[in-house]
Amino acid sequence: MSQQADNQDRPWLDPDAEPFIKVQGVTKKFGPFTAVDNVDLQIYRGELFCLLGGSGCGKTTLLRMLAGFETPTSGTIYIDGAEMSQVPPYERPVNMMFQSYALFPHMTVEQNVAYGLKRDGVAKADIAMRVSEMLKMVELTPFSKRKPHQLSGGQRQRVALARALVKQPKVLLLDEPLGALDKRLREQTQFELMNIQDQLGITFVVVTHDQEEAMTLSTRIAVMDEGRFVQIGTPTEIYESPDTRFVADFIGSANMFEGRIVENGADHVVVRVSDPRIEFFIDHGMSIKEGTKVWIAVRPEKIKISKNAPTESGANQIQGTVLGVGYLGNLSTYRVQAGSAKVVDVTHPNQSRPKGDRHAVDWDDQVYLSWDPSSAVVLTK
Amino acid sequence: MNDNATAAVDRSERSSMRSLTAVLMQRIQSGWKTLVVGIPNVWLLVFFLAPFFIVLKISLAESIIASPPFSPLVEWSEEGALILQVIFDNFIFLWEDDLYFNTYVNSIKIAIISTVLCLIVGYPIAYGIVRSSSTTKNILLLMIILPFWTSFLLRVYAWMGLLADQGTINSFLIWIGLIEKPIRMLYTEFAVYVGIVYSYVPFMILPLYANMEKLDMSLHEAAADLGARPMTTFLTVTLPMTAPGILAGSLLVFIPAAGEFVIPDLLGGGNVLMIGRVLYNEFNSNHDWPVAAAVAIVLLLILVIPMMLYQHIQSKQAES
Ligand SMILES: Nc1ncnc2c1ncn2[C@@H]1O[C@H](COP(=O)(O)OP(=O)(O)O)[C@@H](O)[C@H]1O
Ligand SMILES: [Mg+2]
Repeated sequence: MSQQADNQDRPWLDPDAEPFIKVQGVTKKFGPFTAVDNVDLQIYRGELFCLLGGSGCGKTTLLRMLAGFETPTSGTIYIDGAEMSQVPPYERPVNMMFQSYALFPHMTVEQNVAYGLKRDGVAKADIAMRVSEMLKMVELTPFSKRKPHQLSGGQRQRVALARALVKQPKVLLLDEPLGALDKRLREQTQFELMNIQDQLGITFVVVTHDQEEAMTLSTRIAVMDEGRFVQIGTPTEIYESPDTRFVADFIGSANMFEGRIVENGADHVVVRVSDPRIEFFIDHGMSIKEGTKVWIAVRPEKIKISKNAPTESGANQIQGTVLGVGYLGNLSTYRVQAGSAKVVDVTHPNQSRPKGDRHAVDWDDQVYLSWDPSSAVVLTK
Repeated sequence: MNDNATAAVDRSERSSMRSLTAVLMQRIQSGWKTLVVGIPNVWLLVFFLAPFFIVLKISLAESIIASPPFSPLVEWSEEGALILQVIFDNFIFLWEDDLYFNTYVNSIKIAIISTVLCLIVGYPIAYGIVRSSSTTKNILLLMIILPFWTSFLLRVYAWMGLLADQGTINSFLIWIGLIEKPIRMLYTEFAVYVGIVYSYVPFMILPLYANMEKLDMSLHEAAADLGARPMTTFLTVTLPMTAPGILAGSLLVFIPAAGEFVIPDLLGGGNVLMIGRVLYNEFNSNHDWPVAAAVAIVLLLILVIPMMLYQHIQSKQAES
């Protein structure tokens, strides 16, 4: 097995791969306000890259700089090897799907989709063919003669997608593409998007504030906060090895414990936490000095909950009282009071049916919480 | 016990009182609604429809030397029969006399050219205002409306002072040595265009502004994103989307311009034939009220037809 083949699906690991989009030290200021703050980014051909962050963190601004609607205050952007600062939007090899869709209200669905092809001077017969193909793909053929205001939100969103895709751009920029859809339609469209991306091999850059959406769609995610990237990585990396408390908290939920390193061995680390009074045993070495203040993050689903004491004694277990149970059908969530002020969230799949109304663990039960030495993540910021 | 009984009676009385006031309020409210809807209708009836029929009646009469100077529409004959006298002579006269025909054509021509000029001047101004920051926007809008603070007549007189042979513009051009003899501007069609465009351009700008204000700027970005150059974006997106504003503004300029009297009279002198002046002459110099009325009716028809077209287009747009 060559290194090349190994990294075919993960070009960001290949040191020789040339990034398709390269953002270098880009800053965007609106007056005194910095919306995007010295950002570096490499996106590779065929990726489905997500910009994830809360509202107002600068996602749209970054996307608009890629499309050419905003000029960076400083820094450079390369797309497909070409420097973009002097290239107007209508000459960039990218198309954007706007957050508001921005469909032309005075044109029919068909005319909206054909607009970009007409601008490129494509022959009339070709336009008709490509438009009808595209409408078929997004299942809008019966609506081709309608105006945008005669469509539902989901249909409009698909027109916007078709209009951006029909030009077969090298890069498709999508700003909260699924924001206006209800949950069921959103999940369905997510898979459609992934299919389309797979079929056409276009590089997608998707902006979203929905972490679940980012996790489902992307090859890689950049988590943004206040105009900066806090972490870039695959969904698994971001979820399982967050770099900071912000990321751990933003993606999924995490129980956070504050403590200090008390022992730093070659193959393990011990962290003493004051509330609840326990010691965390982490099964890998770290280059941190003893006595450093750290935070431990443990995902709720990584914690085992049981009314019986775990067989192996030692670190990584606490006792507590169940404060509340949320029964979600497929899984249950428990809030457990462990320590004086600390409430720990635990989720547990319901692998067997409860007998009558009795659940295995219920309100006010005394329980033991335990987790694997590998499940906890040590964070320094 | 007794107390309780009184209280109960009290309560039932009060509740019946309350239902009475409720009914009364409802009556008043529905009456109020009729009134609110009714007032505009009464207004139109009294101040528009009635005068229109009076003018129509006069246009169908014969000019006589009497007071009022036209024949009555209905009359008792000496035998006691009711005579209805309708005379279309005035309209036939208008049609046969070249003067009137040419004047109508000229008025419409001037109105159309003025409307186009107002559009050319007003469109970029409206667009500029919409795109400027909100403080500048208010200042610019104020400047558009500001001339209305002075009398319309005064502003036209001011143009006479500017355009005259010995006026400001000619004096200035001679002073800087660009010309030797004054250019004749006052009492030409040019002066009429200047006057009409100057006076009516706000009526073009304001509806355009209102229309453009609602324009979604992301549509321009979408067009650019799909490969449209700025000019193409303008032709394929901006222009079609501002069409309602263009239409509204054009009507607001065209209609009063076609019937304009003061501007052609003061700035055009006797050299520019416009229907407003002819109308004025028929009334005041010739004292031929029936012909003047016929002139007015024909003008009204000419102006009402584009209005109806506009209504038709609008209702069709609202449907789709
Ligand atoms: N044209 C602008 N002028 C001033 N501030 C802006 C402008 N566009 C965006 N901002 C600000 O920049 C920040 C980031 O905006 P945006 O990129 O739209 O965030 P989001 O991540 O929600 O898409 C916000 O605080 C917003 O108010
Ligand atoms: Mg946004």
